[in-house]
Amino acid sequence: MAAVSVRDVSVAFEAVRVFDGLSLDIEQGEFVVLLGPSGCGKSTLLNAIAGLLDVASGQIFIGGRNVTWEEPKDRGIAMVFQSYALYPRMNVRENMSFGLKMAKTSRPEIEKRVHQAAGLLQITHLLDRRPDQLSGGQRQRVAIGRALVRDAAVFLFDEPLSNLDAKLRNELRVEIKRLHARLGKATMIYVTHDQIEAMTLADRIVVMKEQKIQQIGSPAEIYGRPSNLFVAEFIGSPQMNFIKGKLEANGAGLEFVSGKRRLPLSRYQFTDRPSSGQEIVLGVRPEHLETGEGGTWPGFQIDIVEPMGADTVIWCSDEKDTIQVRTSGNRKITPGERLALGIDPTQVSLFAAESGDRL
Amino acid sequence: MDTVSVPAPGFGAAISPRRRRMKTRLPAAVALFPTALIVLVVYVGCMLWTVRLSFTSSTLLPKLDWIGLAQYNRLFVNDRFVTSAENIVVFGALFIAGCLILGFLLAVFIDQNVRGEGVLRTVFLYPYAMSFIVTGVAWQWFLNPGLGLQKLVRDVGFDTFTFDWIVSQEMAIYTIVIAGIWHGAGLTMAILLAGLRGVDEDLWKAARIDGVPTWRYYLSVVLPLLRPMVVTATVLLATGVAKLYDLVVAMTLGGPGIATEVPAKFVMDHLFERNNIALGTAAATIMLITVLAVLAPWVYAKYVRPQGRRA
Amino acid sequence: MNGVEPRGPRPRRVTIARTGLYAFLVSAALFFLLPLWIMVVTSLKPMEEIRRVNIVALPATVTFEAWAKAWSSACTGLECNGISVGFWNSVRILVPSVILSIAVGAVNGYALSLWRVRGANLLFGILLLGAFIPYQVFLYPLVRIFSTAGVYNSLPCIVIVHVIFGLPTMTLLFRNYYAGIPIDLFKAARVDGGGFWTIFLRVMLPMSTPMLVVATILQVTGIWNDFIFGLTFAGRENLPMTVQLNNIVHSTQAELAYNVDMDATMLAALVPLVVYFVSGRWFIRGIAAGAVKG
Repeated sequence: MAAVSVRDVSVAFEAVRVFDGLSLDIEQGEFVVLLGPSGCGKSTLLNAIAGLLDVASGQIFIGGRNVTWEEPKDRGIAMVFQSYALYPRMNVRENMSFGLKMAKTSRPEIEKRVHQAAGLLQITHLLDRRPDQLSGGQRQRVAIGRALVRDAAVFLFDEPLSNLDAKLRNELRVEIKRLHARLGKATMIYVTHDQIEAMTLADRIVVMKEQKIQQIGSPAEIYGRPSNLFVAEFIGSPQMNFIKGKLEANGAGLEFVSGKRRLPLSRYQFTDRPSSGQEIVLGVRPEHLETGEGGTWPGFQIDIVEPMGADTVIWCSDEKDTIQVRTSGNRKITPGERLALGIDPTQVSLFAAESGDRL
Repeated sequence: MDTVSVPAPGFGAAISPRRRRMKTRLPAAVALFPTALIVLVVYVGCMLWTVRLSFTSSTLLPKLDWIGLAQYNRLFVNDRFVTSAENIVVFGALFIAGCLILGFLLAVFIDQNVRGEGVLRTVFLYPYAMSFIVTGVAWQWFLNPGLGLQKLVRDVGFDTFTFDWIVSQEMAIYTIVIAGIWHGAGLTMAILLAGLRGVDEDLWKAARIDGVPTWRYYLSVVLPLLRPMVVTATVLLATGVAKLYDLVVAMTLGGPGIATEVPAKFVMDHLFERNNIALGTAAATIMLITVLAVLAPWVYAKYVRPQGRRA
Repeated sequence: MNGVEPRGPRPRRVTIARTGLYAFLVSAALFFLLPLWIMVVTSLKPMEEIRRVNIVALPATVTFEAWAKAWSSACTGLECNGISVGFWNSVRILVPSVILSIAVGAVNGYALSLWRVRGANLLFGILLLGAFIPYQVFLYPLVRIFSTAGVYNSLPCIVIVHVIFGLPTMTLLFRNYYAGIPIDLFKAARVDGGGFWTIFLRVMLPMSTPMLVVATILQVTGIWNDFIFGLTFAGRENLPMTVQLNNIVHSTQAELAYNVDMDATMLAALVPLVVYFVSGRWFIRGIAAGAVKG
């Protein structure tokens, strides 16, 4: 039984359909990230699951229960917001216990839960302070604490780290991951536009674009076998390199041809039956390019070298394409040098030029 | 704010920086001069002169003698003045409370995604655009026992219905309160609604997830956030209370008898009709002191006390 | 729960809470509209009908004769030339007062927010404080001053008075507005060689349109609706409409012609009402700008 099941859901905003028949199943204990650029509908989906938005059609199940018509407080969920949304005139303790008070939980039970959550998040010393006396990171911990005390089965996070600076973001990211591990059975649905958060936190990532799901898969799958051009482009930093070309059949099988360059594709795993003569795009990640001797694609000239410490990113180009290559930081490279690139066909991704789908 | 002083071409180092600064600021000072003059002559000078006159025995024309606090003594045994003081306190309390409560309720209810929000807002706010004379005339008309509400209800069948507050000694002041609230609640609503719109949207979402009922949300979460707006509205309303004059003149002319006398009217009557300048200015001085006494704590709280956190 | 499987949007149940909400709002709307309704309805009824029928009933016969009477022959005090006299007086008072008070307020706001003049903040502080003090405290000496200067009870007199008492709000409005303009704009103009007036007329004023609109709305409403200054300073030939209206309604001479009274009231209310309905959101913006002090 899935922890959260979205079945054929459509949401409408003032006569505009935001989704149409979207379906998604999330298993218990999973950490699922909804990833995509702004406007892709990920927050809308989250709000619909929470019950803050009505669905125009379809159903939502949480823990096997049909909650499509239930109020948010009856769905067994807890939520953490980007702007923390802490009750401004109450102190931390009151913030964390307000929901429980509304549910008429007993005083000792409230105390117990508040202390537990505060301990887990290391905010016990802040219990008597008010939100305006806390830093951004502390406020977000309190917001998470408020969600924790609800003892919910499903936790929803709406871009909780976007308001924090980079250092805090990294800290809290690890804390959230630790929290998920400690809470065992808790299912977490997390919305973000940051692919690093998605890759590091998720058991599965749901990549969305323009209110449609592009791909669902583990971080490794999404990274290694992106199902379309958009996903390939969105994930990975530095970005995947794209080279336009064609498929040609020669004696041994299919080949990728782009200008003077050829790459035999006999070892490539096709998901779809390709056809010769098809226009395609070859995608290869900067770290999957070889720059040693014997590279099958010579003639690239190095334009810019970006030393990043552990790695170095090389920008090189020929008349047609510009390629980024990631290599070890120890190598000595100078701009103007000539480079031959080697590509392993099992590491590339091929996409149909028109549809963008993976071949 | 820094002003950048750039020397004109060809300007040598003949003038010291300080004098140069003063020279560039001269037009600004000149531009402010008329206002400075007005502030000095009117806002300070006339006020002081009024106070000075209250210590005299002027009747029709000002006479600069000195009789100490005699006029004030007369004031406190003057029926009209005492009644006006009582009236203004009653009116002030009820008017401010009424406007705040009604304004708050209207703002909150409109904030609930109701249909026709724009129309409703227009309807609630238009009275503020009306002159107090128009307001007073219309309400006096409506509350007139022989022609207005009482007659209407009686015509419908309730023969014994009486609503003759406006001609009753004890109740007349409350008719002024009603008209006042009618005039000012819309403004209060507009101010509070602006405050409501500034509340973080996610707060409402968090409250829904916490299962907080709507009324509790507004009372415990939103209202504390609205405090600055409430203060602003209260200050505005209070200003109107002190100045209450037009409405009374139009509605009841201070009557029946002196039942709806207010200090402003007392002053005006004595200055211009009853030819008793000294008594009038004495009453005006009392008004002044009261206003200053009420203002001082607010000014203190707003401008003097906040340490560090300057708005 | 019956056997309905929940899907799609939540069913819109008409709850008690929702009905109560609308009931309250509608009642409030009736409360606020009532006087206006009465004024309109009464002004269109002939006199006998007013006495006979109740106050909220629609007119059985619509007649405009009361309107004409109110406009041109109603008695205000000793004269019987209708409230049209007051209307044009109000117009003659309104135009110069609005223009002058806004002009002075704008210049003041500009000078206070962008130029450091010694003592300017003190000036502003006293001005603001003065806005709270009832007019009665200033009134009599002001009368004496105008009297001595020989301009008492004249058009210039009332215009000056409106400027004086409009100063706090207008200055506040423009000061806050100009304080919100990026100061780099001002610095650039100074570097370009602009002086006080050049910068004001060429740079600041063209940018001030929103605030000018708001200020105009506030002043037009405030000055048109004024009673006490018109009564005290305008003089008998220049009495504004509000004063005339009061005289008509409380006149002890002719018989009480209620419909004429109502027409006069409506005519007096017309200008601000039109301004209100036309300006819509700007009106509210004006309140917000004037209300948020400091």
